Amino acid sequence: MPLLEVDDLSISFGGIQALAEVDFQVENGEILSVIGPNGSGKTTMFNCISGVYRPDEGLIRFREKSLLGLSPDSIAHRGVARTFQNLRLFLHMTVVDNLLLGRHIKFHKNLIHALLRLRREEIRHREVVEEIIDFLDLQAYRQTRVSDCPYGVQKRVEMGRALAMEPHLLLLDEPISGLTSEEKEETAYRINEIRGRYKTSILLVEHDLRIASRLADRMIALDYGKKIAEGSPEEVQRTPEVIKAYLGED
Amino acid sequence: MANFWQYVISGLATGATYALVALGLALIYRSSRILHFAHGDITTAGTFVAFTLLGLKLHYMVAFFLALLFGAVLAMSFYFCVLIPAQRREASQLGQIILTLGLGLILQGLVAYFGGTETQSFPFPLSDFKTYQIGEVVISQLSLGTFGIGVLACLLFYLLVQKTRIGLAMRATSENLPAAQTMGIPTRQILALSWGLAALLGVLAGIFLAPALLLDPFFMLEPFLKGFAAAILGGLNSLPGAIVGGLILGVAESLAGGYVSIAFKNTFAFLIIILVLLVRPEGLLGKEFKERV
Repeated sequence: MPLLEVDDLSISFGGIQALAEVDFQVENGEILSVIGPNGSGKTTMFNCISGVYRPDEGLIRFREKSLLGLSPDSIAHRGVARTFQNLRLFLHMTVVDNLLLGRHIKFHKNLIHALLRLRREEIRHREVVEEIIDFLDLQAYRQTRVSDCPYGVQKRVEMGRALAMEPHLLLLDEPISGLTSEEKEETAYRINEIRGRYKTSILLVEHDLRIASRLADRMIALDYGKKIAEGSPEEVQRTPEVIKAYLGED
Repeated sequence: MANFWQYVISGLATGATYALVALGLALIYRSSRILHFAHGDITTAGTFVAFTLLGLKLHYMVAFFLALLFGAVLAMSFYFCVLIPAQRREASQLGQIILTLGLGLILQGLVAYFGGTETQSFPFPLSDFKTYQIGEVVISQLSLGTFGIGVLACLLFYLLVQKTRIGLAMRATSENLPAAQTMGIPTRQILALSWGLAALLGVLAGIFLAPALLLDPFFMLEPFLKGFAAAILGGLNSLPGAIVGGLILGVAESLAGGYVSIAFKNTFAFLIIILVLLVRPEGLLGKEFKERV
């Protein structure tokens, strides 16, 4: 059974068809890249999966259960975490507090149970967060307010916060855009690491074709809200429609 | 000099109630961006519930506890039954503010209908006439109790917001709602909780104000406006600001009433607010305006 199944997904805003009958699947443990020019519907698709938008038509099934109609916080509880292209961090809080917020869904719902296990749980949460701090090389910024961190660091915090949720599926929206080329390489390396370390499948929206194809097991391409290609990165990049969408005609 | 300290002390006691009202308003403003015009009326309704229960010979603690609970439940039901449906239909911020105004008017009518419009004295375990002498300063039992409960409530509230997980979720929700949702924080429940807590703090202030002010359906109007002013003075989205603003306002009007004339009590207090806002438009501890630049 695939981890995520998207079937016949359509949504329009006013007269604009943002997504039209898109279907794809994410298998357990795989990295699937979604490529496409600006405005092709990549972020809209993320917003449908994470519950920000309600699609007009289609199915989204995650671990064999439908996600349609669920609020973003219940979808997070099902094990889907995401990052935002334009970063949505808690700017007035420290880096550590941002990461600890990622642990929020792991807190026990049952209050009495939580009180009994408080210390043990707290230790476990701190451990997970410390591991992420090491993994993302954030030691120097631990107690810094996020608003005072450089962009590259904020980008890492955004990813770290999603990782802290220990999701089954991680949606990364342009994780390397706006970074220096050195940072890009580091981030690409880390994304590849995440899969092994956190046993997470990744759906990756990326503009940078070179890095997207290097990381991906499989790839799909969108243009004007339609899926125009699917397959291995090499196959997708050889598809005439993809070449046309990226380079224009002639 | 003895007079000065006398004015400061009684100002602090009044200021503590303003701080409680302001705290509730700031809490709601910073999480929902709504100016809560029904805050005073929810407080009045809660205080009338306490009054009615005391009339039924319930113990003070029981009556006050139930009144606080009533206020909180009332505010939370308003949030769930009116504001959320309005937000689903994409009501504007201004529209939602008008809804709170409507709730205020409805509650005013209900309180006048069920509670009566004549002024009544509110039975209270602490006396306004029994006084203690500390050095040259005299303080009534009621003022001392009011100040004490104000400090205690602010302290507990601070611990809740800064030191607990619910507090962390509250801070996250008010800072960035979509991000909080993505983290799996049930933002609706958290916001409802903020509305409930705000009402609880308000009713607490109402219960301690009622014995001194006497109870009628409009007795909270002035404290509500003062609480509003205090919240703005402190910076509408800052919780410590609301407390500081309330205390400053209480002391300022007490000093003005004592040294100038009791007629200038309100004038002077609001003069200070105008001056502060001219120098710091974001309020004493607010930061919203600065960050937008």
